Amino acid sequence: MATLVGSPGASQIGAPSEVPREALRDRLARWVPFIVLLPSLVASFVYVFVFSFWTLYISLSNSTLLPTYTFIGFENYASLWSNRRWGIAYTNLFVFSAFYVVLAMLIGLMLAILIDQKVRGESVWRTIFLYPLAVSFIVTGTVWGWLYNPGSGFQFLINSMGWTSFKFALTTDRNYAIYAIVITGIWQSSGFAMALFLAGLRSVDGDIVKAAQIDGASVFRIYRRVILPVIGPIFLAVAVVMLQFAIKTFDLAVALTNSGPGISTTFPATYVYDLMFQRGQIGEGAAAAMMILAALAVVLVPYALYLSWARGKEAGHG
Amino acid sequence: MADIAYDRAAAGAARRHILTRVVIYGILTLFAAVYVLPLLVVIANSFRELPEISQNGLIAFPKSFQFDAWPEAWSTYCIGGTCEGMHRYFWNSVRMVVPATIISTALGAVNGYVLSKWKFRGSEVLFTCMLLGVFMPGQIALLPWAFLLGKLGLANSVYGLILVHCIQGISFTTLFCRNYYLSIPDDLIKAARIDGAGFWRIFRRIILPLSPPILIVTVIWQFTGIWNEYLFGVVLNSGQQQPITAALVALSTNGTNVRVYDVMSAAVLIGALPPLLVYFFGGKYFVRGLTAGAIK
Repeated sequence: MATLVGSPGASQIGAPSEVPREALRDRLARWVPFIVLLPSLVASFVYVFVFSFWTLYISLSNSTLLPTYTFIGFENYASLWSNRRWGIAYTNLFVFSAFYVVLAMLIGLMLAILIDQKVRGESVWRTIFLYPLAVSFIVTGTVWGWLYNPGSGFQFLINSMGWTSFKFALTTDRNYAIYAIVITGIWQSSGFAMALFLAGLRSVDGDIVKAAQIDGASVFRIYRRVILPVIGPIFLAVAVVMLQFAIKTFDLAVALTNSGPGISTTFPATYVYDLMFQRGQIGEGAAAAMMILAALAVVLVPYALYLSWARGKEAGHG
Repeated sequence: MADIAYDRAAAGAARRHILTRVVIYGILTLFAAVYVLPLLVVIANSFRELPEISQNGLIAFPKSFQFDAWPEAWSTYCIGGTCEGMHRYFWNSVRMVVPATIISTALGAVNGYVLSKWKFRGSEVLFTCMLLGVFMPGQIALLPWAFLLGKLGLANSVYGLILVHCIQGISFTTLFCRNYYLSIPDDLIKAARIDGAGFWRIFRRIILPLSPPILIVTVIWQFTGIWNEYLFGVVLNSGQQQPITAALVALSTNGTNVRVYDVMSAAVLIGALPPLLVYFFGGKYFVRGLTAGAIK
């Protein structure tokens, strides 16, 4: 990549500088790109760094209802980790992430492979599988909440069809409510996995596939041995993006179960909200928010390192 | 003899082929049914009469028809003590999403132009820093935003949310535009410079005319993202200043025992309709934005 090195816009080509007034204008012109970028840079810098450090500082202070700046070290973190509800929150996060990411990817991959079999009306199938992504988690959670409601949704339907002992009441059972969120999350996002996998399948070189076909390999074998290995990087990308969704899970849990029954579907993100704005413990809330940031870093930093390693020199100076 | 054997093999292959097709379409149809069901249920229930819903359940073939739920959901239904339906919150969202989308997209286009065609020493590092904004969890920014908007006198106002979404969106829009502009040949820019065109002239005459594909993606991405956002809407604003997502949660956790599924269905659809329309009309670009945003 031919990077234009020097002061901002130094590569100004053939700038005539005979008249001093023009030279000044040229010099100013050189700075235009930087000046244009500056407001966004400052805003992003404040947003990313100042906000993070401020929240970090709050998490180390004894703030309760209002921010105070008395430093108390890691007390908030200690209190957070000894809290039963936080234990439930991160257990839920692990359970949700595992089921949600793996199952949504499996379903997405299956749908992508099926659609890739030269089916009729491909765009119709794609539109159907992907539309949930345009709908907010709030709407999704609200509507699925009704469907899970034993008195009006699935259970009611089956019961009224004659099977009166049928029970399907995930959201009212504290042991199973988390799986209601898993199912709904999968419904919302597996189309996303499908879209990415389909794009990947389409990018595979047709000649390799043809060669395998001529060798008499079965469709199953071609996918397993030829196509899927080629789109390996897409698996990783989808997994990382979906893990990121999972760690940030907030809206869905609020709209679907509102952390209930009891506190059984508390997630780290909903607990942060609760600590900060329901209980007035913003110090501990900030500590929980920092833990979410840490969880994201655990997923994203290795991935970024992998990407820059995979891209070699190109990303090396980034 | 050989012919018959061949025919038999061919018939077997054809039968197997048909069987595979049946299985493929069968599985696709099954999943499609699961995906479409919630949408159909909500649409149907927004037109069914409440007694019929309570009697036959939510998932049932409509046996009654009414149109009253929609106007009630729009203008008279009571949410959190005020009985004026969703319309106020709907317009709050519109007043928030339109400026925030336009501003963040415009900034993203200009930033992307600088970061792809006017690189300077350190610009790649600055880009990477801006990119971090994409991954920031909202929870980290909650307290700082609440504090900052209070200082700016923008607390509990739609303008505050516009500011939040603009700054949060810059990293996405810059990323989209920069990556797209990288594919525009540098020679084009060089030639224009030799002809004496300056920064803005090149942007207007060369970059902008080539931009519609990426601008559509960016606008769709920002519009759906901001419309569907909930956390900032519920934390930073309250009461009548909240966007529609917050109103929907308030509505479904209203506390009353009787669930008016007909009105609630209409309200949910009012909240879901704008991004759905964007998706159905701009689906191709929506998918492109998704893949671009995810893979980069």
